[in-house]
Amino acid sequence: MNIINFTPISAFAGGLLIGLAVILFFVGNGRLAGVSGIVNNALVSKQNRTDNFLFIVGLILGPIFYVFFTKNNIPFLITSSLPIIITAGFLVGIGTKIGRGCTSGHGICGISLLSLRSIIATIIFMITAIITVKLIG
Amino acid sequence: MMSKIVSCISGIIFGVGLSVSNMINPEKVLGFLDLFGLWDPSLIFVMIGAIIVSAPVFFLFRNKNKPLFADNFSIPTLKSIDKNLIIGSGTFGIGWGMVGFCPGPAISSLALLNTYSVFFVLSMLGGFLLTKLIDRIIIPTQ
Repeated sequence: MNIINFTPISAFAGGLLIGLAVILFFVGNGRLAGVSGIVNNALVSKQNRTDNFLFIVGLILGPIFYVFFTKNNIPFLITSSLPIIITAGFLVGIGTKIGRGCTSGHGICGISLLSLRSIIATIIFMITAIITVKLIG
Repeated sequence: MMSKIVSCISGIIFGVGLSVSNMINPEKVLGFLDLFGLWDPSLIFVMIGAIIVSAPVFFLFRNKNKPLFADNFSIPTLKSIDKNLIIGSGTFGIGWGMVGFCPGPAISSLALLNTYSVFFVLSMLGGFLLTKLIDRIIIPTQ
């Protein structure tokens, strides 16, 4: 195993911020900041629609504020082709809807709540993602 | 009103966290998923950072009567390890590994005005709607 591009400090700092967002949403609004659930609910449910919409707006404002205040640019590269991107988007939508959660909902909130469901979900999506990268990468 | 402000600020902090950790970048995430190639373990540190902050707060607050700006806590009550959890999470992982985008970073990256992000998010929304439709047709009740 060869390790490259490892950025533990910025990763940990970013993680702390994501944790802060999760507890603010939980202590303030009583909800879990699982992004697939929030986006899906914003799309198909009237309940908490404004809250969900505003969370999404905030999520998009985040990188803009980051660039504005730190003057850093954000490294960003997608190398996949358009058909792959569209297929992947569909699979992520279908999968997180059927599995009721994504990296934030199961991987962060669920694991923090010591939910066995979320721990198993996280192990499964990590394994299938790693296999996918191995096969197509 | 307060719940709306909290929603927006939570989203902003989340988006800044994805930017600081560079998890908004599919290439960075693929580096983590490329376990058998040149591996970048950073994503683990993001998850540890987030869980260290949220786990103790969940533990302290989940048995309180109510959150600050809502009537009650809404935590999923499902406990069973069912077929949907396994199939759904497996499917999500395949999509995640294909591009390196999961829902949070994909939405957040719309800020960077990349056309591919827009296509990914639209397809993801299509996936949500398609699942809802199929759910209605072949699975009458859950």
